[in-house]
Amino acid sequence: MDQAPEKILVKGNEAIAMAAIDSGCFLYFGYPITPQNDIPEYLSKHLPLLGGEFIQAESEIASINLLLGASATGARAMTSSSSPGISLMQEGISYMAGSELPAVIINISRSGPGLGGISPSQGDYFQATRGGGHGDYRMIVLAPSTVQEMYELTCLAFDLADKYRNPAMILGDALIGQMKEPLNRRKPKPMDLPPKDWALTGAQGRRPNRLKSLYLQDGELSEHNWKLYQKYEQMKKEEVRFESFFAEDAQLVVAAFGSMARVSKTSVELAREEGMKVGLFRPITLFPFPGGALNTLSNRIKRFLTVELNTGQMVEDIKLSVGRDSEVYFYGRPPGSLPSPEEVLEEVKKYYPTNQG
Amino acid sequence: MELVFKRPECLIDVPFHFCPGCHHGVAHRLVAETIDYFKIREKTIGVASVGCSVFMYDYFNIDVLEAPHGRASAVASGVKRARKDRIVFTYQGDGDLAAIGISEGIHTANRGENITIIFANNGIYGMTGGQMAPTTLLGQKTSTSPYGRDFSYDGYPIRMAEMLATLEGCAYVARVAVNTPANLIKAKKAIRKAFQMQIEEMGFSFVEVLLACPTNWGLSALEANRRVAEEMIPYFPLGVFKERKMADYL
Repeated sequence: MDQAPEKILVKGNEAIAMAAIDSGCFLYFGYPITPQNDIPEYLSKHLPLLGGEFIQAESEIASINLLLGASATGARAMTSSSSPGISLMQEGISYMAGSELPAVIINISRSGPGLGGISPSQGDYFQATRGGGHGDYRMIVLAPSTVQEMYELTCLAFDLADKYRNPAMILGDALIGQMKEPLNRRKPKPMDLPPKDWALTGAQGRRPNRLKSLYLQDGELSEHNWKLYQKYEQMKKEEVRFESFFAEDAQLVVAAFGSMARVSKTSVELAREEGMKVGLFRPITLFPFPGGALNTLSNRIKRFLTVELNTGQMVEDIKLSVGRDSEVYFYGRPPGSLPSPEEVLEEVKKYYPTNQG
Repeated sequence: MELVFKRPECLIDVPFHFCPGCHHGVAHRLVAETIDYFKIREKTIGVASVGCSVFMYDYFNIDVLEAPHGRASAVASGVKRARKDRIVFTYQGDGDLAAIGISEGIHTANRGENITIIFANNGIYGMTGGQMAPTTLLGQKTSTSPYGRDFSYDGYPIRMAEMLATLEGCAYVARVAVNTPANLIKAKKAIRKAFQMQIEEMGFSFVEVLLACPTNWGLSALEANRRVAEEMIPYFPLGVFKERKMADYL
């Protein structure tokens, strides 16, 4: 049944909480941390009324393990936190990847290292895309850049987590989490997903199910790791998502994700107004990274400017993706200040080919 | 002829990996007998911890989830909140519950999660080769307290059952041992009571079981069994520390 589209003005964080409920997630576990508190606050209000469960855990370590347990029953479940809390969750995320448990983890990232600050930052890119915890695993990582995407990508994260039996993360930041925009709260069509015959529901009329990540017998762990690898390869084939904006005829392409893509998009528009052929390439999936699309783009475009709210993380993936004859430039801002579209435009002008004499 | 003793239905017919004289197998059996008694094998979900108890899924003929080290009680809470119609228990050692997982254990108890924890206390890290545990007795030599546990260095052994019994959320807290037939019968009764509490939705239940670890104590099976009575029970007294009645159930 189609829902009537409902346009509401909400924060990015609230959009995530709504998406969780609309995705059939009625179990939430979390620990307070700025700047994501709107998520637990919204869910603590709404989940009990829907027959769901909300636990304010004693720590992020407990949160991720409550999530692990709930997910093992086949139910949809979610936690949210911000950078220091996400660091505490890495152990549990590794276990979930190893035990092949789906779950959605929201990181409304703030600044680090350490206690850092509460301003927006993209300093968690490495942690999110490189695994973060121990062992050779990957996590699906989606990077929204609008409130609408906070909603839609959270819905998608639940589907992808279930499809691959793997944790999925939304990597937002204080900027997108806290800003308000109109949201069209329309549930996306759910994916056709495999049955959760692995779930722990009590061994009734079947052999017992076991969910574990310990493999001690000869060859077992190698086999298990290869199996996980095959899933990550399948994700690379089937789940890559990106936005290409004015890239077709561009002489220079700005590469940015999340909030910085938002700023850079305006810079691209300003550059176009000044007659410069500048485009934007925005990875939506940070893992799997849209490296193939970038590589194809680099057959024609030889100049890439990576813009990040850190001192250079995604730029490594851009460099690995583009052809050898492409130049990759970097403009980064450590946490504490946001570049304006005009400031990014100044950087664009530095590297735009016609300005190079 | 009448059959008077058999393998519990929810134990798989394989030999335990436990060392000779180790009490884990006995404690496993008591849990298995309890599950059989209540006929809940098909609706029970076990949560294994890290340590010698991790192989629970090789022995119990039930659904089992493996938790990260120390996190079993949080994991079990997650399972239970998602499936309140299921019986959920953890089986955790002293390193797992009283050291790395003490925070999760306390808060799970305090929330009154309707789960059961079987706490296997042998006062030592078994799986990793006999290091000092939070429940290692004063003066006890281990591979990381080679001169004997000294309170000025290492603090005192933690009495988990007494500590948890102070929390309102707990419905049932007991400490038992399996070193003698008499104690074994009491242990069985306590574990049964703990599961019954959960079935009746009375809240959190906790049974600490004192176990012998002959290998890491450096004793024979007989000597280790004797040490439970002579050294462990005097410091970790047996008994029921909390038992919620229906009347005081808020």
